[in-house]
Amino acid sequence: MLKKEWILLVMMVLLTCACIAQKANVPVEVVKMDWYQKLRKSSSDTTYILNFWATWCVPCVAELPYFEQIHQNYADRKVKVILVSLDYVKQKEKLLEPFIQKKKIHSKVVLLNEPNYNAWIDQIDPSWSGTLPATQIFNPKYSRLFFIEGETTFAILDSLTLNSIRP
Amino acid sequence: MKNTMMFLILLFTFLVTSFSPDSQRPGYKPGDVAGDFSLKNINGKMVSLNDFKDSKGVIVIFTCNHCPYSVAYEDRIIALHKNYAGKGFPVVAINPNDPISYPDDSYENMKIRAKEKGFKFPYLIDETQEIAKAYGAMKTPHVFILKREGSGFVVAYIGAIDDNSNEPELVQEKYAEQALNEILSGKPVSQPLTKAIGCGVKWRK
Repeated sequence: MLKKEWILLVMMVLLTCACIAQKANVPVEVVKMDWYQKLRKSSSDTTYILNFWATWCVPCVAELPYFEQIHQNYADRKVKVILVSLDYVKQKEKLLEPFIQKKKIHSKVVLLNEPNYNAWIDQIDPSWSGTLPATQIFNPKYSRLFFIEGETTFAILDSLTLNSIRP
Repeated sequence: MKNTMMFLILLFTFLVTSFSPDSQRPGYKPGDVAGDFSLKNINGKMVSLNDFKDSKGVIVIFTCNHCPYSVAYEDRIIALHKNYAGKGFPVVAINPNDPISYPDDSYENMKIRAKEKGFKFPYLIDETQEIAKAYGAMKTPHVFILKREGSGFVVAYIGAIDDNSNEPELVQEKYAEQALNEILSGKPVSQPLTKAIGCGVKWRK
């Protein structure tokens, strides 16, 4: 094989690897509550769909496909689906990241590392008792704010998203 | 137009099913009288609050076998009983989960887990889930500290055991112990309500 072709081949392999790595959505960023506060206090016209979940939570995992579907359906709109994992930070590499790769999750995933739950649950929503899953949809610019404790449906998510993307 | 109608219908459903501030949520608030129960213990015998006539109170903890938070707190629940039963506040653990959704939480598995961990306190099954509903237990673990008032009990504290489920060595505030110590020294509970992330109770379908 010619030298040029070799370089091309290596480049193609590298590009493919890069694409796969990007799709796999890892490594997962570890965030604190200031990350959340920044989103809530922004004046952005983006609709944020935050799903609080954990890998071990069976009903959470069951509804992940709805969030993936919203992420896909609104890809060309100002909609950002963020799966906020409450897995323990120690288990990020052993549990969370392999899970995301295995399930081929495309939505953004962050790990909220705030072990003192009592200090921040009310800041998300005072009605939240702390059970998982929980979902919050908000659009800072259009003053939309919805909160769902427990399992939800695709129809509810879709309709709340639709409502939030317009003034 | 059709879309708007659809949205309104869904929004209404959403509001009715999901919008439930703490004040409107069924279940106890600190200060409420705690209703009695009669639930089956892992030894086959029934246990009720009435059995605790000589207690100053009862630490009712809704917990289960499968939930990682419950598992993380098992040793601390055992320690609570060890440290406070002698002071008049024994632990009574109640598993509210539907074993059909979670076979790990079946009565047989409760017996196994209690034996493995050497539970010295009752571990009751709330088969009808009526007690969990009456108390307003939303998740596991969910602590309700009851304190004697006359011939009955009132709820003195609802919430978490402490402020760090995963790393006991990093705990800064032991909410349940603090409430117990305050009750024992005749003071009002300074923090009667705390919140924690927990596994939602698996309600029967």
